[in-house]
Amino acid sequence: MAKMMYRDAVRSTIFEEMERDDRVVVLGEDIVGGMGTAGGPEAIGGIWSTSTGFYDRFGPDRVIDTPISESAIVGAAGGLALAGKRPVAELMFADFIGVSLDQIWNQIAKFRYMFGGKTLCPAVIRMPYGGGFNAAAQHSQSVHHFLTAMPGLKVVMPSTPEDVRGLLREAIRGDDPVMFLEHKALYGVSGEVPDGDYTIPFGHARLSRAGEDLTLVATGLMVSRCEAAADALAKDGIGCDVIDLRTTSPLDEEAILDSVEVTGRLVVVDEAPQRCSLATDISALVAQKAFASLKAPIEMVNAPHTPVPFAKELELAYLPSAEKVEAAARRVLGWR
Amino acid sequence: MQLSREQMLQAYRRMKIIREFEERLHIDIATGAIAGFTHLYCGQEAVAVGVCEHLDTDDKIVSTHRGHGHCLAKGCDVEGMMKEIWGSREGLCKGKGGSMHIADVDQGMLGANGIVGAGAPIAVGAALAAKLDGKGKVAITFSGDGACNQGTTFEAMNLAVVTKAPCIFVFENNHYSEHTGFSYAVGTQRDIASRAEAFGMRVWRADGTDFFAVYETMRELLDYVRAGNGPAAVEFDTERFFGHFEGDPQRYRGQGELEKIRAERDCLQKFRAKVASAKLLDEKELDEIDREVLDQIEAAVVAARNAERPTADDVLADVYVTY
Ligand SMILES: Cc1ncc(C[n+]2csc(CCOP(=O)(O)OP(=O)(O)O)c2C)c(N)n1
Ligand SMILES: [Mg+2]
Repeated sequence: MAKMMYRDAVRSTIFEEMERDDRVVVLGEDIVGGMGTAGGPEAIGGIWSTSTGFYDRFGPDRVIDTPISESAIVGAAGGLALAGKRPVAELMFADFIGVSLDQIWNQIAKFRYMFGGKTLCPAVIRMPYGGGFNAAAQHSQSVHHFLTAMPGLKVVMPSTPEDVRGLLREAIRGDDPVMFLEHKALYGVSGEVPDGDYTIPFGHARLSRAGEDLTLVATGLMVSRCEAAADALAKDGIGCDVIDLRTTSPLDEEAILDSVEVTGRLVVVDEAPQRCSLATDISALVAQKAFASLKAPIEMVNAPHTPVPFAKELELAYLPSAEKVEAAARRVLGWR
Repeated sequence: MQLSREQMLQAYRRMKIIREFEERLHIDIATGAIAGFTHLYCGQEAVAVGVCEHLDTDDKIVSTHRGHGHCLAKGCDVEGMMKEIWGSREGLCKGKGGSMHIADVDQGMLGANGIVGAGAPIAVGAALAAKLDGKGKVAITFSGDGACNQGTTFEAMNLAVVTKAPCIFVFENNHYSEHTGFSYAVGTQRDIASRAEAFGMRVWRADGTDFFAVYETMRELLDYVRAGNGPAAVEFDTERFFGHFEGDPQRYRGQGELEKIRAERDCLQKFRAKVASAKLLDEKELDEIDREVLDQIEAAVVAARNAERPTADDVLADVYVTY
């Protein structure tokens, strides 16, 4: 066991995979940094420090610093993958997916199906997402809901350094395209990571708190909001299951249904707006498959149906918080 | 020299306002008083002002993440902008947008932009609207040496050419896109203007740290575009005095680079030197403007600090007109 920051878990895992398999290449804007400057390459090593040291070790053929061209970055990742490589591309912010959406949605996601199952597209597209930095409407968004809605993509949202390492290894070694969503507010969070070359299979949720009164379901940063709410409720003797989905596609339906069958009460917490969201998706699943177990209406804690606002007060009101989760939990618990 | 005394004084004042606005933000951001990502325009003032002094409110501009200078040059209210950057409800965008999304459509300022390369297609649309209106108005998009690599910029240039849109592509080459050097990211190993030329546009090039060069280049270029010749492009060689964003340690810079560009490529110093040597303006007049501008910025900061804060209820407002 060692303690490691989330961002270092990302960096070290990619680095180790590059050592292990020379088909692994990385590409993205400023992932080297300082190219074509007096300060020289590696002047920064990626704006999130998730590729520091890569260029020195692996050189320009495998560490490809790109101009500002998201469409070409993602498209090239698709082409590299079709041609037998294992690209790990970075979008500097998940919001920039808008620029590259065709390459994700119409190309990478669909190659295998359109080609009759005759190809692999093992591309990993990493993207820092999420709010909390007063970075406003184009640098704060959550994008998992619409990626989850795209057949052909796997969508991963790790919440701890330990899971980053296991899930990222699985993503890079796996044969399908993976959208790897890293919450910006988690980069600086530390946690224990096990030694050894472990992977975490997709579609297997993690139970981070166990209890019999209520089920809380979340991903990414929202897991810690649920944990805080669960800890507050525990003081009143209320026990919560906190389910960290880890991946939204594939989805661990069983973990959710098994828990709700015991608790009969569900709160889903999701950083994106509610319409057509992960929260509505899971609520529908439970309403359909665990209807008889439910003792109260399902609650969803989402962002409102607005873009992400800039000012501190506005963004604070916008984002789901532990207090909002706790309040929703108490509504569900108090329902009769 | 076709500029009147008044025009020169106004241009100097505008550049000075941008400079002091940004220098002050640099200080206030370091104290943690202002949240979010802020990209300062210091060093590039002559471009925004040299371009926008030719425009009226019916001409449109579309800006970038480094937008404060464009906004101020196009006539956005100093206090309204400061309040916006401080996240006040009284800000130009009610605290919803912040530094990267300042806009004032009434002034013909169609928005700063957080997405690099998003502006150029929007400007083509505004130019097509101007063409439909037939009053000789234009639309201008500002793009950096980084944004010029985005497919959207290429598509916009071609669309403008094939539709003969009165659109002007102003490329501000400050030699860096974030931490990456221009010589790495622009593969032609040439300038940006030559790319625009290849799309079928007439192009101009000038020193973006020389207000008079920018102004005269734009006079010629605008005459050409307003006459109905279709789009045009111009590349200004310029400098950014601060980091990419506030907090950037700038390890990509060479030794002494910042000191050198501040000493040799400062558009305000160059303006002063020029008007002094040609005996166009009295130094005292400029000193007086400097004092007034500092007072104006201080007043804007005081107003911003004391302005009304938004509340949770404001989150839901202004998503739609009706819903
Ligand atoms: C689509 C998109 N990609 C990347 C970024 C991150 N980013 C913001 S500014 C910038 C560099 C822009 O360089 P340039 O166009 O030269 O403008 P400058 O910063 O020099 O004014 C980058 C990469 C972004 N905001 N949007
Ligand atoms: Mg630049």
